[in-house]
Amino acid sequence: MRHLISAGELSRDDALLVLDTAEELARVSDRSIKKLPTLRGRTVVNLFYEDSTRTRISFEAAAKRLSADVINFSAKGSSVSKGESLKDTALTLEAMGADAVVIRHGASGAPHRLATWVRGSVVNAGDGTHEHPTQALLDAYSMRRRLGRLEGLKVAVVGDVLHSRVARSNVLLLHTLGAEVTLVAPPTLLPVSVETWPCQVSYDLDAVLPKADVVMMLRVQLERMNASYFPSAREYSRRYGLDRDRFARLHDDAIVMHPGPMNRGMEISAEVADSPRSTIVEQVGNGVTVRMAVLYLLLGGSEPAIGGTA
Amino acid sequence: MSDVQNQAHAVLEGPDIHRALTRIAHEILERTKGAESVVLLGIPTRGATLARRLADRIAQFEGLKVPVGSLDITMYRDDLRLRPARPLGRTELPPDGIDGRTVVLVDDVLYSGRTVRAALDALNDVGRPRAVQLATLVDRGHRELPIRADYVGKNLPTSKAEKVKVYLEETDGRDAVLLIKEEAR
Repeated sequence: MRHLISAGELSRDDALLVLDTAEELARVSDRSIKKLPTLRGRTVVNLFYEDSTRTRISFEAAAKRLSADVINFSAKGSSVSKGESLKDTALTLEAMGADAVVIRHGASGAPHRLATWVRGSVVNAGDGTHEHPTQALLDAYSMRRRLGRLEGLKVAVVGDVLHSRVARSNVLLLHTLGAEVTLVAPPTLLPVSVETWPCQVSYDLDAVLPKADVVMMLRVQLERMNASYFPSAREYSRRYGLDRDRFARLHDDAIVMHPGPMNRGMEISAEVADSPRSTIVEQVGNGVTVRMAVLYLLLGGSEPAIGGTA
Repeated sequence: MSDVQNQAHAVLEGPDIHRALTRIAHEILERTKGAESVVLLGIPTRGATLARRLADRIAQFEGLKVPVGSLDITMYRDDLRLRPARPLGRTELPPDGIDGRTVVLVDDVLYSGRTVRAALDALNDVGRPRAVQLATLVDRGHRELPIRADYVGKNLPTSKAEKVKVYLEETDGRDAVLLIKEEAR
């Protein structure tokens, strides 16, 4: 059985198939009946051990638009709070006949473990500080829609790379698709092994901005910070925040992205976040379409058309 | 497969396809009394090409611009679970939609009728046409559902062991309909 656990395991062809499928599915969101019968009788379980608004709703909407049955499971208010292990929960889901499990978990690698316990497809909706492949797919899709291409695109990913699963998935996927990624962050917010990632690294946002086609701002994940990584929020914002002055340094066609939720005033100013060149709201809409494409390609046939074997 | 020999021969050549489409265009005009409320919807890939060609001919004959579009039926197929998920085709509806119109579905080959059944389901989700008709370049028989075509380019008696392949200039560089016999040696 095949899964979507890492953006790195998607081949170029797989990734483009997801984007092209999403492109066709986007037309469904424009019509009055936004539903397709394709996954009738299939069950998708949303297994969320961490808080999430847009990702969970997005997966739920995507599955429902394809007529799948959706079971939402959140760790709060479930047997997990009584101490049930991930494995036992997985076996319960297995017994209920889940065709796909969409999992978000605070521990990196949880989806990978889950994939060895259940027969259905496992879709990683974010695990710890590891990966968030569908976010990378929807980001790539949003870039291609706005700018018409991905090959050769210069993408700056700015901020808390250390705690960001979005950054890692984006670097891996965008590299596969031929874009050039530069990570911009204070040295304290870069992971140890970042030199092995297929991308450039810079500590100087102002030097990177004029060349960038896409600037992706990452949320500063205060909830994951158990030490002080920068002197103060204000200091961080002054060096790595995208405000009006920095925004003006971008070339005219460049776009600004953010995976959400935003800390307005910290990594991005409200003015920039709400500008027409920001794709932040668009990204949410595109998320549903891209997740429909992923679910269709994993569950729509006799066997998955994309993804890796975990 | 080395033990299978493919024998292909052309049942329709370019000029035959040309004449068949010309006749179908005239028949559509005749049957719909001038094609005033007609929308041509092709099933991708080759049905969509044929729909555009029919629209061009109708424009030539009567100076009438018939709205033309395409309708992808992949998500509505009944055999999705028999094969890995396939890439989607394009659905492009005319700006005025299909409500209250006479929709002529256009496909290259009519065989089991399952594609047309899927198309009827797909149509249901995009609007409510006044009537639905079916045009096909080749009707090769072996229907598995109570479906028939209103306009047929050529009735082609075939056996189930044979394959019918339609080539069109726009997608394949030439116009032809081939009948391919797969003979096991």
